[in-house]
Amino acid sequence: MRRIALLLGLILFSVRPYRAQTKDDTEARLKALEARIGALEAEIQSLKAAKAEAEKAPASRAPAAVTATPSAPGEFGGQLPVYGGASAAAKALNPDISVIGDFLGSIGKNPVRPVPAFEMHESEVGLQAIVDPYARADFFLSFGEEGVNLEEGYLTFTSLPAGLVAKVGKMRAAFGKVNTLHNHVLPWVDRPLVTESLVGGEDGIDDVGFSVTRILPAPKNIFLEGTAQVFRGDSNELFRAAQKRDVSLVGHLRGYRDLTDNTNIDLGVSYARGHNDAGVSLGSNAFRTQLYGMDTTVRWKPLRRSIYHSFVGRTELVWSEREEPLAVQRAFGLYTSADYQFGRRWFVGGRFDRSDRARTSNLTDSGFATVLTYWPSEFSQIRGQYRFVRYADGRDGNELRFQFQFSLGAHGAHPF
Amino acid sequence: MTQKASSFRSASSVLVSGLAIALLLPGFAQAASKLKVVTATTDMAALASEVGGDRIEVESIARGYQDPHFVEAKPSFLLKLRKADLLILVGLQLEIGWLPPLITQSGNPRIQVGASGYLDASEFAEILEKPTGVVTRAMGDVHPLGNPHYWLDPENGRRIARGIASKMAELRPGDASYFSQRFEAFSERLAIAGKAWDDAMKPLHGRMVVTYHRSWPNFVRRFGLQVVGYVEPRPGIPPSPGHTIELIQMMKREKLKVIIVEPYFDLKTPNSIAEQTGGKVIVLLPSVGGEKEVTDYFKLFDYDIALLTRAFKETE
Repeated sequence: MRRIALLLGLILFSVRPYRAQTKDDTEARLKALEARIGALEAEIQSLKAAKAEAEKAPASRAPAAVTATPSAPGEFGGQLPVYGGASAAAKALNPDISVIGDFLGSIGKNPVRPVPAFEMHESEVGLQAIVDPYARADFFLSFGEEGVNLEEGYLTFTSLPAGLVAKVGKMRAAFGKVNTLHNHVLPWVDRPLVTESLVGGEDGIDDVGFSVTRILPAPKNIFLEGTAQVFRGDSNELFRAAQKRDVSLVGHLRGYRDLTDNTNIDLGVSYARGHNDAGVSLGSNAFRTQLYGMDTTVRWKPLRRSIYHSFVGRTELVWSEREEPLAVQRAFGLYTSADYQFGRRWFVGGRFDRSDRARTSNLTDSGFATVLTYWPSEFSQIRGQYRFVRYADGRDGNELRFQFQFSLGAHGAHPF
Repeated sequence: MTQKASSFRSASSVLVSGLAIALLLPGFAQAASKLKVVTATTDMAALASEVGGDRIEVESIARGYQDPHFVEAKPSFLLKLRKADLLILVGLQLEIGWLPPLITQSGNPRIQVGASGYLDASEFAEILEKPTGVVTRAMGDVHPLGNPHYWLDPENGRRIARGIASKMAELRPGDASYFSQRFEAFSERLAIAGKAWDDAMKPLHGRMVVTYHRSWPNFVRRFGLQVVGYVEPRPGIPPSPGHTIELIQMMKREKLKVIIVEPYFDLKTPNSIAEQTGGKVIVLLPSVGGEKEVTDYFKLFDYDIALLTRAFKETE
């Protein structure tokens, strides 16, 4: 419109000096100017139509380019730029945030590993985002009733050459299956005896270091993956680093194959080595613990009814060799479990477990658990578990435990 | 001996020259190999196949009869993803429960989020049911970016195919005109088929249906149906007795007969509703490959429209 007004002004201004000219000249010029006005009007109309079309067209889902260039001090009347403002653009780059609550209750007795009647066992806060075109970061902060623990916090390099995927930070080690799982994705309320006795308890091998994983060449339709990890060497009561060089090592080889569209098998062998605390009182770091593991998982999930039925059968075997000043403690433990989903919201499962103790391998605990789980929705879960344990000293643990889990915020990936 | 040495030298020089030419002309090697495309769902694979023709190899992760929200992140999918030049996903958080860890673990820089081989098809489509107010999980498993079942409008199919053709041309400039011609041919065939589908559905304009899940907003808008109830009380929440009774009462009141169910949902509740209302349950396919004979994007609409028109005829 401004262009038309300008043009009209120009016309009025330019018409005046030509009054003395001949009538034909004036008419010709007016016609030319009218034609130009017409052309400009047509141009404006086409621009308006294009704008309307663009507004009507579906908005692109491409992430908006957020220009976060900080303004120079004084650029806006001497005011400092405001960081952390709650604009939509600022929030767009926030990490995905999730919170998972884990409430536990218990009835019965366990003379060896007693638990309270009620506990807010864990509140896990997850912060996850892509860092840059080369890496992503994942943080999982575990809030207990009395403190906070960095359960995992690592950077994953996703764009390395040769198909390598590397992680650096604090992470759960790739030893077997159950060690890699967070509490909220376990199919039970607790962890099996073999984890508690031989693989570092609830936190397991969870340490600071780096990890490299690669898919390895294998015959067609077989997935083979190798993982090598180096850690500082501090994992609860399992590994203890007295010096910088006392790092611990973990290796895992995984083979997987789809047997049919609905059924698959997953096999793994693991190795872990680190210094233990046996020589700490003697001022020595000469004693090591080595762990060897094997795991087998068979899964069945009919694809047409995958939200209603599934089965997971799993066994893990762990051998421990713990060097001590007077002897080597050789211990063995295992668990075997089966979980069946019999409805969209219902799961039933059982677990048998047995394990020697790492420091007194002649003592063996064994037990079993049965589990019933109900999902009100994908984001909450109610579980009851009966657990019986016969400890090596002859005492029995008989407990009925129940659990409420609930998830807020960003939708996480389903575990496999 | 001299002859042998000479022929060896000439053979070597031919080989070296050949290798040098191959190395100096990266486009040569590139053109010779097919573009490896992996898609999250069979529908994206079908559209990619329409425009990619024999210059691409395409594989889908999810099967057409599988609930695309709940695919397992199997390691065997990593074998496909690690070699992919292009990954096409539906987006709008449809695959949020399984695709992100697969992408991270693939060790393939080409298909990482934001890389040239990562294509979110929702960029090109018209998206419906974008929540405008506060979004909470009290609404069920809502998709805060809009309904992800957008490929069920042929116009969106055309838009997606155009976007895929453009991306393939970017990755294989030597085949750009091939992809463009294939897209034009697809678009023409879609226009002809679309007219036939519209004609078949015309008598059903304004008819009301009940569906199990919110999978059909783009489909019903295109073909003039109205969804007036859902078997799920809220997206992702299984049917409850209270909601089912309300739905039966509403269907009786409004004289609704057709209940649309996706192939991965249990038929027990829909069948029970149909029994009490004198209605009919039809398993409509939201995806290519939902049944053996539905092998491409055109057959998906052929199948669904034939099923729908028959169902309305039978319940009149």
